[in-house]
Amino acid sequence: MPDDPGPRPAISLHGLTREFRGRGTPLWALDGVSLEVAPGEIFGIVGRSGAGKSTLLRCVNLLERPDSGRVTVLGQEITSLDEAALRGARRGIGMVFQHFNLLSARTVAGNIAFPLEIAGVPKAEREARVAELLPLVGLEERRDYYPAQLSGGQKQRVGIARALASRPRILLCDEATSALDPETTEEILSLIRSIRDRLDLTVLLITHEMAVVKAICDRVAVMEAGRVIEEGRVFDVFTRPAHATTRRFVSEVIGHVVPPGTVARLPDANPGEERRLLQVLFAGPSSTRAVVSEASRRYGLDLNIVSGRIDAIGAEPYGLMALAAYGPPAAIAEATAWMRALGLDVTEIGEDPA
Amino acid sequence: MIPWLPPALTDLLIEAAWQTLLMTFGGAVVAIALGLPLALLLHTTAPGGLAPNGWVNRPIGLLVNAIRSTPFIILMVAIVPFTRLVAGTSIGTTAALVPLSLAATAFIVRLFENALREVDRGVIEAARAMGATRTQIMTRVLVPEALPGIIAAITVTLVGLVGYSAMAGAIGGGGLGDLGIRFGYQRFMPEVMATVVLILIIFVQGLQSLGDLLVRRFSRR
Ligand SMILES: Nc1ncnc2c1ncn2[C@@H]1O[C@H](COP(=O)(O)OP(=O)(O)OP(=O)(O)O)[C@@H](O)[C@H]1O
Ligand SMILES: [Mg+2]
Repeated sequence: MPDDPGPRPAISLHGLTREFRGRGTPLWALDGVSLEVAPGEIFGIVGRSGAGKSTLLRCVNLLERPDSGRVTVLGQEITSLDEAALRGARRGIGMVFQHFNLLSARTVAGNIAFPLEIAGVPKAEREARVAELLPLVGLEERRDYYPAQLSGGQKQRVGIARALASRPRILLCDEATSALDPETTEEILSLIRSIRDRLDLTVLLITHEMAVVKAICDRVAVMEAGRVIEEGRVFDVFTRPAHATTRRFVSEVIGHVVPPGTVARLPDANPGEERRLLQVLFAGPSSTRAVVSEASRRYGLDLNIVSGRIDAIGAEPYGLMALAAYGPPAAIAEATAWMRALGLDVTEIGEDPA
Repeated sequence: MIPWLPPALTDLLIEAAWQTLLMTFGGAVVAIALGLPLALLLHTTAPGGLAPNGWVNRPIGLLVNAIRSTPFIILMVAIVPFTRLVAGTSIGTTAALVPLSLAATAFIVRLFENALREVDRGVIEAARAMGATRTQIMTRVLVPEALPGIIAAITVTLVGLVGYSAMAGAIGGGGLGDLGIRFGYQRFMPEVMATVVLILIIFVQGLQSLGDLLVRRFSRR
C-alpha cells in the first residue's frame, strides 16, 4: 500500500457499540469505541466500575458480540467470521481472568494442556508444551497440584501459562491482578511484561488501578460511560491529563501536588508584589537543570518550593513541583514564559487547589 | 443360611434381593444414560445458557415435571401400555424396570441440572475464549467440573430406587419390599419383615457410603 502509515495494528476496534436492555432505560455499555493497539505494545484500558471495560475486552475475541462496529485482530476481521473460523481465531488470542477461571478438576499441567486438547493437539506435543510453559511461569514444582491447593498468585500463573499454551500473538487480561495483594500483583505484572518481551506478544489489559498502568503499560485509554475519553502514551496521559476523570485517576498514583493546608501557611506577598502558585512539570532533559534557581536569579523572583517529587514512568523520569512565586506580576509572567520555552509545563494552580 | 428363617424362605430372600438389585441398578443405569444428555440439553437451552432455546427447553422441562409430580404407584399403572410396548409384558421384574427407569430419569434430570448449574460460569467463559465447541464445553468442562454433584445425584437416585422398587411388587416386580409385605405383613412373620428391613438398611448404607467416598474422591475444590 502506498500510503501505509506504519506497521499494521495488532488489534483494531472500530466504532463498537453494545447496548444492554435491562429493566428501565437501555444502557450503552459501549457507545462508539475505536482503538488501535500496535504490535508488541502493552495497552491499558482504565475506567471506573461499569465504564464498559470488560465488555470492550470481551469484544476482541467476540465473547461479547458488539451491536455494531468492526473488530480486526492481526489483520483478520473477527466480526465477519463464521462460528468455526471464530473458534480458530480465538485460539490465537490468549485470555487471562480476574478470578483465574481454572478447571478445578484438573491439575496445573491439565489446565495448561486444556486449550491444546481443545485444539486437537496430540498428547506428546501437549506434554512437551506444558514442560516448556511450567518453568516460564515458575511452577515446575506445582505440576500435579490442583487449583484448590494453590495461592492466588500461583493460580494466576497457571492462568497465564494456559493462555499462552497455543502460542497466541495476542494476550487479553481482564483485571488479571485485581484479586491479588500488592506484592503478588507486582510479580504477575513483571511476568506479563517479561513474556511480552520474550514472546513478542501484544497485550491488551483492563484495570481500574492506575498503578498497574503506570507499572507496565505503554499506552492507555481511559473509559467512561462506554466511551474512550482520553488516550495516549502513559507518560503523556499521566503528566498531562486532559480530562477531569483522568486527572482524578492520575492523582491516585501521582498524588496531589499541593498538600492540603500548605497554601494557608505561605507568607503573604510584599506590597506591590504578587504571590502566584505555579505547578511545574519537568519531563525529559530539562528535568536535570537547576531551573528554579536560575529563574529566581534572572527575574529577581523569590521562588519557594512548596512541594515536589521526582518519579519515572517506564524509563522516562519526570518531576512535578509546586512553586510559590513572589515578585512583580510582570517578572512572574516573564519567568513563566522562560520556563515554558525550556519545555517545562507550567500551570497556575490558584490559591486553593483541590 | 439365615438361622432364624426356614431354608425355603432363605432362597426366596436371595431371589428377592437379586430382584431388588436388578431394579435398583437397572433403573439407575437407564436414568443416567437418559438423564445426563437430557440435563445437558436442558442446561444449554436454558435462558442464559450456551444455546438458549425455549422451544426445546420448555417442553422437556414440562414433561420432566409431569413425570416427577405423578405419584409412582399411579405412574406405574398409567403407563402399562407403554410398558407392554417396551418390555413385551406388563408383569414381572423386567416390566417393573420401565416405570422405575422413567421415574428415576425424571428425578435425576433435575438433580443433574442443579449439579451443572453449580459449575462456575467463568470456567465456561474461559473455555469459550479458547475456541472450545459447545460439545467440548459439555464433555470436557461441564461434566468433569460437575462430577462430584453428578455422583451425589446418582447416589440419591439409587437410594430412592431401592424404595420405589418395593412398590414395584404391585405389578409383580418382586424384590425385597414385596417379600416383606407378602410374608412379614400378610402372613404375620415379623422375623421376615425384620430381615428384609435389615438387608435394606445395610444396602442403602452401603450405597450412601460408597457415594460419599466417590464424591470426596472427585472433589477438588
Ligand atoms: N450481560 C449483561 N447484561 C446486562 N448488562 C450488562 C451485561 N454485561 C455488562 N452489563 C452492563 O454494562 C456496563 C458495563 O459493564 P462492564 O462489565 O463492561 O464494566 P467494567 O468497566 O468492566 O466494570 P468493572 O470494573 O466493575 O468490571 C455495566 O453497567 C454493566 O452493568
Ligand atoms: Mg470488568
